[in-house]
Amino acid sequence: MTAIPVPRSGDTAPRKKRRVNWEKWGWIYMRVSGVFLVVLIFGHLFVNLVSGEGVKAIDFAFVAGKWANPFFVVWDTLLLWLALIHGGNGMRTLVNDYANNRTLRKVLLIAILASTVILIVLGTLVIYTFDPCPTGGDASLLPDFCKAG
Amino acid sequence: MWSWVLHRITGVAIYFFLLVHILDTSLVRLSPEAYNAVIGTYKTPIMGLGELALVIAIGYHALNGLRIILIDFWSVGTRYQKLMWYIVLILWVILIAGFAPRQLMHVFGS
Ligand code: HEM
Repeated sequence: MTAIPVPRSGDTAPRKKRRVNWEKWGWIYMRVSGVFLVVLIFGHLFVNLVSGEGVKAIDFAFVAGKWANPFFVVWDTLLLWLALIHGGNGMRTLVNDYANNRTLRKVLLIAILASTVILIVLGTLVIYTFDPCPTGGDASLLPDFCKAG
Repeated sequence: MWSWVLHRITGVAIYFFLLVHILDTSLVRLSPEAYNAVIGTYKTPIMGLGELALVIAIGYHALNGLRIILIDFWSVGTRYQKLMWYIVLILWVILIAGFAPRQLMHVFGS
């Protein structure tokens, strides 16, 4: 049995498909990520440049010590993703503002997208496949907790 | 206009640093020797001054970014945008005054 169509349903104009307003979400993203980045970046700068001996204290063992703590793993992951997407989206704005040549603009936008994706994948893999005690590593360069094993 | 020009310039500068910084940090995955070699260059006097410049740039971008957010979302934000820019500049100077001696001490102190 065929359904009886709703009277005059053919008269109404087909509804316009609702589209996602990406530009608006980009605008919102810049502001929301900005608030998080203030905390993430100043925390990062404080731990790495201000506290203790500052930049001179940073080496492989220093990084290994930080990433032995899940707190800094999460911190650095958020920093990586939020900052890179915020910066990439900001650079997209600049390219749209200044690159008047169509081809040039396309090339630059693709370059931004590609470098963002590649660096997010690379950075995330580095954080989560990191080995603080590589076999055969020079013990003097490794964090102290490697000796226990 | 200058608040915006400075925000753009600092944003781009920080972006290019971030690209390099992710690549150099990735060397921790390669070997302790490789990472220590590249991070060693961050401890030289010239790079020490570069880190100071970077913090100065981020300081402005972050403070002015918060000002932009307040202008957009705070009901009377537009009315106080000028005043807020002066506050940004004052906080920026305070931030630099706090960080610069510490950084110079770390890099040039023995
Ligand atoms: C520290 C915290 C940060 C805050 C509060 C912040 C805030 C903002 C805001 C509100 C905008 C304006 C977006 C618009 O007008 O639609 C913006 C733009 C931008 N940001 Fe950030 N940002 C921060 C960190 C960063 C970082 C780490 C980078 C680089 C990786 C960056 C790069 C940019 C760029 C390139 C723009 C575009 C500039 C323009 O359109 O004139 N920002 N930022």
